[in-house]
Amino acid sequence: MGTLTSLPVAKVRRAREGMRLRVNSSALTGGIILALILVGAAAAPALYPGDPLDMAASPFIWPGTDPAYPLGTDMLGRDIAAGILHGARVSLLIGLVATLVSIAIGVTFGALAGFYGGRIDWALMRATELVQTIPPFLFALAIVAILQPSVPTIVIAIGLTAWPSLARLVRAEVLRLRNSDFVQASISVGASHRRIILLDILPNTFAPVIVSASILIASAILTESSLAFLGLGDPNVASWGGMVGAGREVLRTDWYVATLPGLAIVAAVLGLNLLGDGLNDLLDVRR
Amino acid sequence: MSLPILEIDALSLALPTGSDRPFAIESLSLHIGAGETLCVVGESGSGKSLTALATIGLLPKAVRPAGGTIRLAGRDLLGLSERAMRDVRGREIGTIFQEPMTSLNPVMRVRDQIAEAFQAHRVLDAKRRIARTLELIAEVGLPDPAAIAGAYPHELSGGQRQRVMIAMALALEPKLIIADEPTTALDVTTQAQILKLLDALRKKHDTAVLFITHDFGVVSEIADRVAVLQHGILVEQGSAEQVLHHPQDAYTKRLLAAVPSLVPPAPKDLGEAPAAFRVDDLSKTYPGRGFLRRRAVKAADGVSFVIRRGETLGLVGESGSGKSTVGRCVMRLIEPDAGAILIGDASIRELTQRQFQPLRRRVQMVFQDPFASLNPRRRVGHIIAEGPIAQGVPRRKALADARTMLGLVGLQPTVAERYPHEFSGGQRQRIGIARALALQPEVLVADEPVSALDVSVQAQILALLQDLQKRLGLAILFVTHDLRVAAQMCDRIAVMQKGRIVELQPTADLFRAPQHAYTRALLDAVPGRFLRPDFDTCFAAAE
Repeated sequence: MGTLTSLPVAKVRRAREGMRLRVNSSALTGGIILALILVGAAAAPALYPGDPLDMAASPFIWPGTDPAYPLGTDMLGRDIAAGILHGARVSLLIGLVATLVSIAIGVTFGALAGFYGGRIDWALMRATELVQTIPPFLFALAIVAILQPSVPTIVIAIGLTAWPSLARLVRAEVLRLRNSDFVQASISVGASHRRIILLDILPNTFAPVIVSASILIASAILTESSLAFLGLGDPNVASWGGMVGAGREVLRTDWYVATLPGLAIVAAVLGLNLLGDGLNDLLDVRR
Repeated sequence: MSLPILEIDALSLALPTGSDRPFAIESLSLHIGAGETLCVVGESGSGKSLTALATIGLLPKAVRPAGGTIRLAGRDLLGLSERAMRDVRGREIGTIFQEPMTSLNPVMRVRDQIAEAFQAHRVLDAKRRIARTLELIAEVGLPDPAAIAGAYPHELSGGQRQRVMIAMALALEPKLIIADEPTTALDVTTQAQILKLLDALRKKHDTAVLFITHDFGVVSEIADRVAVLQHGILVEQGSAEQVLHHPQDAYTKRLLAAVPSLVPPAPKDLGEAPAAFRVDDLSKTYPGRGFLRRRAVKAADGVSFVIRRGETLGLVGESGSGKSTVGRCVMRLIEPDAGAILIGDASIRELTQRQFQPLRRRVQMVFQDPFASLNPRRRVGHIIAEGPIAQGVPRRKALADARTMLGLVGLQPTVAERYPHEFSGGQRQRIGIARALALQPEVLVADEPVSALDVSVQAQILALLQDLQKRLGLAILFVTHDLRVAAQMCDRIAVMQKGRIVELQPTADLFRAPQHAYTRALLDAVPGRFLRPDFDTCFAAAE
């Protein structure tokens, strides 16, 4: 009451919100970049029907020299534009699904550990630490090397190692919210733990989870690209990392073969990070 | 009259477009002379804090001065550059904020925080800074200045921290001190001491004081003159005597009338009402924190009371007295260590949480902070229906009942579809009451239900609670620090100190003839005891 953060300031804040949406250029830039990639991914089957891994024309057509192949062809005569657009589908799919797997595990662990505390917290957090000690990329390498290198195994390999940060984040939020009055109120009316966690606590952790999810998608895309670069990607789909890996051999003569899909990776990761940063400001709970 | 130290003339502060009013403050004119205390009073949103911020040049970026002047000893402050303003702050204007905990840097020793004022303004040499710091600490009435100087803020009590803040504000002997709700976060007994200290220092140094507060009790203790703000407009200004006892403006009258009287109303006749709620020998000890000094805290120590159907028992005490712990223990939100809790005939202390779950219906709680106690992401209707749904009422019926409950607490049933942020503090507290009553409890635990609300809203919520109690025969455990509210609300009052009930008496008896020394100290510390003359007449009649 009557403090420095009293009502007039709250009103000011509301007016400021509209401004912030306009001003927040990083969320906007990130969003536009991602939207472009999404449109490209969606349009890929229509623009380039057929397998992007098939030979389409003679090899080493430089970008801009043949209008039919605006981004040129690689050493096997595969259309690079088709590869990038189809690769976008794979990259985004893997990033998204792997992150969903991470969220499922991380949010569950974090919510249970934070809400119940005590032994459950101890057990879940030790499990989390155990996973944190595993270098994610080596773990993914090992899984993919043991199992078939296919899209589902890559998704699982990434998803299984990326969740600890989310679990810790959610746990911290839950610990904070667990003692909040509205949770105490739900306990006092006799609501079940399940309802309290699902209806009172988790919806209030959305903002930070969404922000970290966008960063996790970016890092999943990077991991997938790294695996594909090393030749451990799914051999049956076009992938940005795989294209960079293939172009590596002709880097000195025909550098565009590796560079163009590399730029796609940069754009996607940059877009996601910008979006995450922007969302972080926009959704900041403490504002 | 001497030349005013602070002179605010026709000041307007513009809010950004899209706010609910164009001006935070509209053509406000005030002046304070040397050695004078001006109290700016208003409810939340009245613009009283922005007045203070404008004077020290710390307005939020979105709020802009749109006209008028602020002069300090003749010099216009609004036209000053940030650099010049920085020199004014501290040297010519000292500031005391509400929260002594957050206004002090937790990792800095007290002496360094005070000495920082000298450093920032490059006055005195290192040796004299230390000497002056110790002098200041002694001047604000802190015991053992050398020890206090070496302490960190967390080692001090709230009152001691506020004294340190005052020492910092005084360090450079400013002409003007701005105090923004400096005692709101403090207990009444501490508040009384701080007010006395501020008053003595002002007289001694002939400082002008701009005192921002919402509490008319405090106003009557400290003000020479009073300015009343409503929605950014000055509705009344005058001497304390004039404004407090002969208010002219309707709003001032309304505010004054809303201040609860210290004279309890005539006791209500409970007849043969049976005991609805019984607590016996309840104890809760918190294990001590800290690495070296581990001292357990007895938050509740053998607490016993009975509340009859339709009766309100007040649980009164200062912060740390254990009153909130008792409130949460009887709700089993905190597990008591020992004792018995009976709702009607059902003993609930021994039950597991699972066994207790179906009985929760019978005892419900209203929380202090109406902003923290409603889930911001759920619709009001769902919030109210949560309890009945948890107790097995079909969802559709529970949601329909929630609308009825909204009507019961004086809100439109249609607001069930809205989210909490669309409501004011008072409305939110009504929603919190509706949620508690949706389960048709026999016992209601109200934990400081009105202490976060403006006085005018406070009165409405108290009236609502009393009305609902009459209609539903509720037994209410009313936890509060505010003796005025307790006087109006409670049939009997239990005074708590350090986890124990030191005195439990019918309200009228407690106010007329307090038995325990601590109760007397509390009553003496209530600000503005003489604000309502009826209190004295009451005493006169009793003697």
